[in-house]
Amino acid sequence: MPKVTIDGREIDAPEGVNLIQAAERAGIEIPHYCYHPGLSIVGNCRMCLVEVEKAPKLQIACNTRVADGMVVHTKSERTIRAQKAVLEFLLINHPIDCPVCDQAGECKLQDYYMDYDAQASRFPLGKKNKKGKAIDVGSGVMLDQERCVLCARCTRFFDEITHTSELAIFQRGDHCEVDTYPGHKVDNKYAGNVVDICPVGALTEKDFRFRMRVWYLHRTPSVCAGCERGCSIDVYHHRGRIYRYKPRHNPAVNGYWMCDEGRHGFPALQNETRLTAPLVQDKDRLVPEGWAPALRRLASRILESGNAHGANSIGAVIGAQSTNEEAFALKHLMLDTLGSERVATVSWSPAGASGDDELLLRANKNPNTRGLAALGLPAHGLDALADAVAAGELKILIVMRADLVRMLGEEEFVRRFGALDYMVVLDTDANETCQMANQVLPIAAYPEIEGSFTNFQGRVQRLHQAFPPPGQALPAIEALARLGHALDGGARPSAAKDVFAQMADAEAGFRGLTLEALGPDGAELTGLRP
Amino acid sequence: MERILTRWLDIPDLRRLDVYEAHGGYKALRKALFDMKPEEIINEVKASNLRGRGGAAFPTGVKWSFIPKDSKKPVYVCCNADESEPGTFANRYQLENDPHGIIEGILITCRAVGAHTCYVYLRGEFNLQKRRLDEAIAEARAKGYVGPDVMGSGFGVEIYTHRGAGAYICGEETGLLESLEGKRAYPRNRPPFPAIQGAFGCPTVVNNVETLTNVPHIITRGADWYKSIGPEKSPGPKLFCLSGHVNKPGLYELPMGYPLKDLIYEVGGGILGGKKLKGVIPGGSSFPVFTAEEAVKVAMDFDSVRAAGSLMGTAGVMVMNEDTCMVDALKTIAHFYHHESCGQCTPCREGCGWIEKLLTDLEAGRGRMEDLEILIDAATNMEGNTVCVLADSLSMPVKSFVPKYRDEFEAHVRLGRCPFRDVHGEPAEKSHAAAAAAR
Repeated sequence: MPKVTIDGREIDAPEGVNLIQAAERAGIEIPHYCYHPGLSIVGNCRMCLVEVEKAPKLQIACNTRVADGMVVHTKSERTIRAQKAVLEFLLINHPIDCPVCDQAGECKLQDYYMDYDAQASRFPLGKKNKKGKAIDVGSGVMLDQERCVLCARCTRFFDEITHTSELAIFQRGDHCEVDTYPGHKVDNKYAGNVVDICPVGALTEKDFRFRMRVWYLHRTPSVCAGCERGCSIDVYHHRGRIYRYKPRHNPAVNGYWMCDEGRHGFPALQNETRLTAPLVQDKDRLVPEGWAPALRRLASRILESGNAHGANSIGAVIGAQSTNEEAFALKHLMLDTLGSERVATVSWSPAGASGDDELLLRANKNPNTRGLAALGLPAHGLDALADAVAAGELKILIVMRADLVRMLGEEEFVRRFGALDYMVVLDTDANETCQMANQVLPIAAYPEIEGSFTNFQGRVQRLHQAFPPPGQALPAIEALARLGHALDGGARPSAAKDVFAQMADAEAGFRGLTLEALGPDGAELTGLRP
Repeated sequence: MERILTRWLDIPDLRRLDVYEAHGGYKALRKALFDMKPEEIINEVKASNLRGRGGAAFPTGVKWSFIPKDSKKPVYVCCNADESEPGTFANRYQLENDPHGIIEGILITCRAVGAHTCYVYLRGEFNLQKRRLDEAIAEARAKGYVGPDVMGSGFGVEIYTHRGAGAYICGEETGLLESLEGKRAYPRNRPPFPAIQGAFGCPTVVNNVETLTNVPHIITRGADWYKSIGPEKSPGPKLFCLSGHVNKPGLYELPMGYPLKDLIYEVGGGILGGKKLKGVIPGGSSFPVFTAEEAVKVAMDFDSVRAAGSLMGTAGVMVMNEDTCMVDALKTIAHFYHHESCGQCTPCREGCGWIEKLLTDLEAGRGRMEDLEILIDAATNMEGNTVCVLADSLSMPVKSFVPKYRDEFEAHVRLGRCPFRDVHGEPAEKSHAAAAAAR
């Protein structure tokens, strides 16, 4: 491994890394705009100029690979002069409109100005070049050409990652501007990433613009539930509301990127339709009630049915939107507490949903299909349940995170399951299935709970609670633990880490794993590789 | 002195293949193909001390020797005919009048580095020049000098001509390669150098037209003959593009090391209108200006000009007389580099525009004394910090004009107008017109 000395510190750097990466390993920041580890190197911003001993000129750290014995100075007089110079150049034609810029607070121009420049402008305001502002370039991306530092990250992303090349740099010199080609718009499923990688306020997200100052936002690492890829994300939220998702680097799953479907998936979690109290059927409508009466009511119906018709008169449907812990808890409840074997899973994607592509998107829009399989749950089994209903054997159905009515259509649902005595639905929203249920239990959405999903590659990834669920909604494992207690008086774990521990004991795929030890990149199911 | 590079002045119709051959043309190619190994060609050119005429003065033979031997990828030769440096007009005459000299140079270079393809990148405005070169290539191909089997040697070379779309930066060797590949002419970061990764990712030699035309003469007459012309480390015949306030501007072939004073006063016939000399830019607009006192002491070869504080570049010698406003002259230079900066990297993109704006204000009498310091500072901050040397090409004039003619710059600030113009902004003296009338 080559040894380099950066600012007097000797660093072992792997062969092939550049000086920015090598410095990072030692906690030394080399400021940069154009360099992005997921894109090719262009070396145009010149912000990362550093002094390399024996080189006559300053060198750009992004394009300088480590070599054994290299001695680098990132804080020498020459380096500091160059950093100040580049920032001064970048700012002469910049509009300095931070007070109305959404990037303010996470802007590399602001940050580096404070850290590396902090000198008064020598360029008169009235002489700045004028360029286009608030241009809707398509796919929810807004462009401000005056704020742009022309680092070409966005153009490289569309050239190298999506291969759609909708953005390019036009004109020359300080008239250069990023733009679309005449008559064309940005139109691809990953456009939002250019907003993330834009180091300044040139590219902003249409939906996020003017909604929230970024310094009010809290960041919680999580996993996108939009499809079975399960991209690592950060959830940005404030007072129980999500304002945006951004991809979180995970080399094993999504690299630096995420798709726009996933990115724009969060508004569905904070709709008016969110359930905030248990509901019970009262004639032709559902009325709210407390958890205690709701669970007493449900437990007595289940126990009655069990006594009258046997354990297999009770069945459950587990949607692949459920976490590993939720699925395990319900499976455990059915098999061990009630003794019923009638458990089906549903992994349904709406008609017309996007298919697999070469980058990230998967046709299966469920985040945990693989996790359900790893728990030994049947891949389908809905037909068997319907047969049992038809035969008069199945009387009570517990449905968790599966909108059966939407999936089957109302007519088909009624044909198959209309003869049930009783149906209880655990879900986040008042969906079509809830409308046909006798009882509805409100549960937390995935940014509101601890837990894990297993993606299609078999990688178990961790969810973190960003904020508590709304109203009386409970994490599903807590609701199931309370239901279990109502059924047999026994105590069950309701913390995700404890359910995970039980799961690791009981299920071969999870053996040896703990929720806490999953780490930011997640961990593979046990036994996945020899 | 014997004309070598401008033989067309002595030989009518030299551009025709029969005339060219009747005057010894393509003998060097025959020698290079049948009597010399590639290595020997490179060594001969190395020994001649031929240095690149495009502006950087890099030893040509050394450049060729960087091409990997036994490259698994094809090797390309690119002839840089994007002659765009202000004040430079040598290649255009060569293309018009001696295209076979260029073709022969290309073919020998291809043989030396093992290339079977050459691209000639011509500037967009070179319409006639491209036609002349294309005609010559067609003649040479018909005779079997260009094509799959050059002179029956079994060695094949194809030559393609490509016209740019009009950008100064396309003459920068890596910008040229990008443009050739069909992309925006953004210069590349080095390393890798073109000798390792040039056109289409393959080893490539990029040589200027004038450089290549020296090659056949070196092969025919030997390195020792070549070195005997001018100073040994910077030898050879040289094309000087003399322009500005001289009585006889034009293209002159002179030996390297020729005194600048004689170039202006003897060859160029002295200063227009009998005026006094104020300054000379010796190498095209990119390089530091010489004051009159400095100019008359300089010998025109790469090392002497460098030692005197400037660079010979393309030998585009621009002469300015006492009526020239040096602020205006520098403003014009800044306008050019601002217009031509490709905009890829920050210091050049922003710095060139900044400098032009400062100079526009100074020339218009709106400048401040502190602007002079800002000019120097901005120029210094650009220099050496960019992908290519375009930024240096403005930095060097700024950093020489401002201190050398500081009194003029200060006068603009003090007077609140250009001292060379009257209060209405008209030139104070119609010296050009008056001088022309007198002549």
